[in-house]
Amino acid sequence: MEQKRIYLDNAASTQVAPEVVEAMLPYFTEHCAVASSQFSHTPGIMVKEALDRARAVIAARIGAKPEEFIFTSGGTEASNLAIKGAAYANRKKGNHIITSKIEQLSVLQPCRSLEKEGFSVTYLNVDREGFVDPDELKRAIRPETILVTIQTVNQEVGTIQNIKELGRICRERGVLFHTDAELALGWLPFDVEEANIDLASFSGHKLHGPKGIGGLFVREGVKLKRLLDGGYNEFELRAGTENVPGAVGFAKAVELFKPEDSQYVQELRDYLIEGLLQIEDAELNGPRGERRHPGNVNISFAFAEGESIVLHLDMKGIAVITGSACFSRALEPSHVLLAMGYSHERAHSSIRYTLSRYNTREELDRTVEATREVVEQLRRISPLKQERRRGGR
Amino acid sequence: MPLPYSEKVLEHFMHPRNIGRLEDPDATATMGNPACGDMIKIYLKVDGQEKRITDIKFESYGCASNIATGSIVTELAKGKTLEEAKKIGWKEADAELGGLPPVKVHCAVLAVDALHMAIENYEHQHGLLKEKVPTDEKVVLKRLKHVINPKTGREILQANLVKAVAVDSGRVRVELALPPDYQFAKALEEEIRERLEPLWDVEQVEVAFVGES
Repeated sequence: MEQKRIYLDNAASTQVAPEVVEAMLPYFTEHCAVASSQFSHTPGIMVKEALDRARAVIAARIGAKPEEFIFTSGGTEASNLAIKGAAYANRKKGNHIITSKIEQLSVLQPCRSLEKEGFSVTYLNVDREGFVDPDELKRAIRPETILVTIQTVNQEVGTIQNIKELGRICRERGVLFHTDAELALGWLPFDVEEANIDLASFSGHKLHGPKGIGGLFVREGVKLKRLLDGGYNEFELRAGTENVPGAVGFAKAVELFKPEDSQYVQELRDYLIEGLLQIEDAELNGPRGERRHPGNVNISFAFAEGESIVLHLDMKGIAVITGSACFSRALEPSHVLLAMGYSHERAHSSIRYTLSRYNTREELDRTVEATREVVEQLRRISPLKQERRRGGR
Repeated sequence: MPLPYSEKVLEHFMHPRNIGRLEDPDATATMGNPACGDMIKIYLKVDGQEKRITDIKFESYGCASNIATGSIVTELAKGKTLEEAKKIGWKEADAELGGLPPVKVHCAVLAVDALHMAIENYEHQHGLLKEKVPTDEKVVLKRLKHVINPKTGREILQANLVKAVAVDSGRVRVELALPPDYQFAKALEEEIRERLEPLWDVEQVEVAFVGES
């Protein structure tokens, strides 16, 4: 019997909302002009207006002025521009950057590149639930510190940092504060004023918008060195023809995403956590409640290896991912779980389920049942279980 | 299916042959470690007259490649004499499976190593060694080579956790620079015992945790 596939990898990417597709279509066909043609012809002006409307919608959602939000090709480009752009523009002030050990690669890799160019980077530890200690941030700031970049939401375990506090510390010390907010936009209340944010990265496809579009909030007065040279687009911070259909779709996705959606997904999340924790020797990774992303569930199933769980679940039509080394191209277990102080073994047996408003309880019931079957099957063939039981973990 | 595995790997992963444990095996061997995400245990039943593997089973904690290679290696070994089975190499297992992704070839190595180690253990315990090398510190260290700390994923030898090894008339004592209440103390002790107890002249293995808490 062919059952409908269940997609639970929404922290990687989400289904584009049908209304978003609808909104984008005219910008592939009838509105084909480039936005920078505003001084030449009517089609150009119409496109420019559409782009500005999209910009205004997203800016309003994050408490920014429209001219403080620029479109990029996605979250990775936004974080690269924020981190490298701020580092290069402030080189004379200092060469020290602070980040955390659990960032996405789109933040960690730009930091590593800058290290090779002579910048110095401090990677802050996190606690068992994935939180950065604000006091540790205070202690890490030095006179030559120019930038702090700490994510709002963790991609693997859903930890929501206390960015208001982190932002306040940076503001007090006169250091720029960037946050990777890809998983926050739409999902959580997010206000750049309230959290004293100077730079924030966003991505369209994490909230039912299209891929290939993202954005960067750049507080008025914050200097960046641009990375892409060319025309005068995006307040001269990002050259290149604007992805107008993408921008329109991104804004539509932001408009569509309601607090009720987050509430609904959060209820699904807690329902799934409760169901999965009924499985023997299952442990939740990351915090509970309001400090966890509404769509994130991450659980380790002791004595069963993650890649095998994922493959078996895939055969049953359920798409999830694991923090096991076997799943990664680098053959390293999840850097996030290790930084949280969990063992390699626990990382290898971790499974991430990330939800969206398109999921249903019925799907989650099937997911819990399928996971239970797979985990029990793998434990039956595992040499570990009987032996470990005596020893404890 | 756009997975990096051949049909045959997936088939053996979904339906592994010879899976499970043998009650009353003539020899066993475990390779790998949960900290690396891959572990395999092989059980052998051997006809003592013919020196032939009459039954073989395996248990696996690991990824699809690990399970599939355990399945294929046990299939290859079943019915073979010990000498024939010793010649099974990872390339043969890899070829039988239609080729593993390059990053997963170590899984085939692991399964084949476990088979060879189980045979070696059998030989130790049944007086079949051509050369009876007395167990000394060097032999012990060699056997401990792949023991890994589940917490850190590092080999205990490389991490300088083995403080001392003493061998005295069949009694082996291994001292680890870890506290007795270490999270994985029991698991490490079990693994070290499993490595050393099969040696032909070893009667007793003691693992001491001498580090500070």
